[in-house]
Amino acid sequence: MEKNILPIQLKDVSYCYEPEAEPAVSHVSLDIEPGSFVAVLGHNGCGKSTLAKLMNALFLPTEGQVLVCGMDTAAEEKVWNIRRHAGMVFQNPDNQIVANVVREDVAFGLENLGVPQDEMIERIEAALGAVRMSAFAERAPHLLSGGQKQRVAIAGVLAMEPDVLIMDESTAMLDPAGREDVLQTVHLLNREKGITVVWITHFMEEAATADRIVVMDKGSIAMDGTPREVFSQVEKMKALGLDVTPMSEMAMELRKQGLPLSNDILNVSDMLKELKETLCPSKSSI
Amino acid sequence: MPIQIEHLTHAYMPDSPFTAIALEDVNLTIEDGEFIGLLGHTGSGKTTLVQHLNGLLKPTSGRIVVDGLDITEKGVSLIEVRKKIGLVFQYPEYQLFEETVAKDVAFGPKNIGLAQEEIDRRVRHALELVGLDYDDVADRSPFELSGGQMRRVAIAGVLAMEPTVLILDEPTAGLDPAGRHSILGMIRELHQSGGITIIMVSHNMDDISTLATRLVVMSRGRMVLTGTPREVFQQADLLTSVGLGVPQAAQLADQLIAEGYDLPRGLYTQEELIEAILSLRGKEAGAC
Amino acid sequence: MLKDITLGQYMPGNSAIHRLDPRTKILLTLLYIVMVFFVSSPVWYIFPLIYILLCAKLSGIRARQLLSSVKPLRFLLILTFILNLFFSSGSTTLFQWRFLRISKEGLMTAIHFCMRLIFLVTGTAVLTLTTSPIALCDGIESLLKPLSKIGFPSHELAMMMSIALRFIPTLTEEADKIQKAQMARGADFESGNLIKRAKAMIPLLVPLFVSAFRRAGDLAMAMESRCYHGGEGRTRLRVLKYQKNDLWAALVSIAFLAVTILCGKLIQL
Repeated sequence: MEKNILPIQLKDVSYCYEPEAEPAVSHVSLDIEPGSFVAVLGHNGCGKSTLAKLMNALFLPTEGQVLVCGMDTAAEEKVWNIRRHAGMVFQNPDNQIVANVVREDVAFGLENLGVPQDEMIERIEAALGAVRMSAFAERAPHLLSGGQKQRVAIAGVLAMEPDVLIMDESTAMLDPAGREDVLQTVHLLNREKGITVVWITHFMEEAATADRIVVMDKGSIAMDGTPREVFSQVEKMKALGLDVTPMSEMAMELRKQGLPLSNDILNVSDMLKELKETLCPSKSSI
Repeated sequence: MPIQIEHLTHAYMPDSPFTAIALEDVNLTIEDGEFIGLLGHTGSGKTTLVQHLNGLLKPTSGRIVVDGLDITEKGVSLIEVRKKIGLVFQYPEYQLFEETVAKDVAFGPKNIGLAQEEIDRRVRHALELVGLDYDDVADRSPFELSGGQMRRVAIAGVLAMEPTVLILDEPTAGLDPAGRHSILGMIRELHQSGGITIIMVSHNMDDISTLATRLVVMSRGRMVLTGTPREVFQQADLLTSVGLGVPQAAQLADQLIAEGYDLPRGLYTQEELIEAILSLRGKEAGAC
Repeated sequence: MLKDITLGQYMPGNSAIHRLDPRTKILLTLLYIVMVFFVSSPVWYIFPLIYILLCAKLSGIRARQLLSSVKPLRFLLILTFILNLFFSSGSTTLFQWRFLRISKEGLMTAIHFCMRLIFLVTGTAVLTLTTSPIALCDGIESLLKPLSKIGFPSHELAMMMSIALRFIPTLTEEADKIQKAQMARGADFESGNLIKRAKAMIPLLVPLFVSAFRRAGDLAMAMESRCYHGGEGRTRLRVLKYQKNDLWAALVSIAFLAVTILCGKLIQL
């Protein structure tokens, strides 16, 4: 793909589930930069999952235009090409694994694309390696943990060599260890393979690791910025039915009490650094 | 109604080559009015433990005494046990089945053979407890409600049994922040105003630290730690070694102490840490 | 408990029989069935018997496992035996009490039919014991493929079988969980008469169906997003290939069939 083509571009997109109903997504314009890691936050029913499905031609916009790597999702003949470029991992790990053996599930997309067998074998090995699941190639998926199942699902998408990986609340049903595991795996793919990531979630800690956060509310974009920019607006986030990270919230409380802390605090190490400077300027300057 | 768990051991598929020890020599007494936070990695035995308390699983050895009654003995009426100890499973909304919300909530009371009048009273009361408007939802199909509302209906279905102990297995799993806060608020209310003993399985340290009066930490089928949140969160190393963390406030407090700041040990809630940090500011000069 | 339901009776292994192409095994099982039907007198069951024992020996299956596959059919066997014993016409009376009469021919027919049933069942058990459900699925798809030319949905059928296999453990686990949740609400699945028990299944079946439909919807969307568009233009990771052993197995089996037919026709007992 050429560098100057955006992996995903939404131009004034609206989507209604039924003709007369309230739009689930309303006049959204959004450019996703190549190689970026974008988190989409929002409470249930804010339209973030609908947005994801618009990026993969699973839904076609009622109004406006969605471009995936320059291809209009409304062009019916391009639909398989679009889905190959923008791979999607869903919420429930059990409901997206098709085959009875891990290796064969990874093969599923390649089989659909008509990839020859010998090339398929290579791509499966590579994809399983990239998500650290090579040792499980011959296992039955239903015996894996939730995090492992999601990594298999990622490998299935990865084998199709996509430009964008759309994670539609893929960590919502996992335990903390599984969530961390999947998050780290996707960050690695983003860093090392340059895959653009759209990470839909309602976990603030996960969004805090992104390059950019888009906050959805009632089908529109309510906030858009870096994690530090978004999480410093504690009151606004709460009004949208969301949280901020525990440390962002604490920083706000301390600021209210007159401690001169900046808006940039996201995690414990940020907080520690600033507290040291605030409480003992002499000590931190040594 | 205290619950005494004595030398509880459970093996899946005993006497077979596939045998797996799920619980090993667990000893625990839960007093009336406690709010127990049950913590542990996936596969640590939490779910197996709570299913024993409700008589859904039988121990391989050991016993559980509820209110003086050994519920692991043969011939014990499990209905009696289930009237006393309510169990809300993970994703409980997936168990709803009736045509209307009222009928679904009435399922438990009906099973224990109550009179119709009493059933109606309990359904009303249970829906009220979970914060749903009876007149609004009673005659609607549970399947047309939102996810959060469905979960409340399912919890009401257990509360309608009027248990004195309520066990909740990850009641906030899969909910967004607003849904999580409101369910947690409801559980806090059940404990404080309803006087119900709560045992809550959770993965979220920040949630559990503000609710529980006592924490129980499980790992590999054993109980490795129990105590007040303050006591437990001081064992950060042990918690990390069993795949758990401590609340972020406790992490920060620890690191500040390690940097030489004069903070009391065992701080773990945001409020108390803020207070402690602000008091540091007063004696700033001395702290450096 | 529901969890105890296991699917099929596959015994994992790596024997010569296990490694045969599933298509070979399916076709040879059909051939074996023909062989059993060609047996004209109980004596000639010696050939299918040798054949089965040979398969068992090569695959490492114990005779006890083979016989246990007959167990669910024991009532049918007894019924077959009794009906044939008393209601076959024959000239040589062995035993008579009022209207009940056993003839020599009747006894022979009864034995013959029971043997036939036992051999049919144990023979197909060799197939299911040595072939994983997935391989069976592939074999059936491949064998039915020529029929898709006349519009038979062979790919769809195979995909359905494969997805069913994939979701059986997931759904049994879920059924177990729902059952426990309802039991915690005082539901009783174990006592009462048939009608009461059938009624008690409703709280289990409704959520299970709701969940199955939700899963089906999710899965359809996941498959679509991974570019699934039917069997057309699809390549396969696992391609079935006949090996030398498949030929040998076929030759030996045909020899057995020939001998069985010949003996039956030429030597009248």
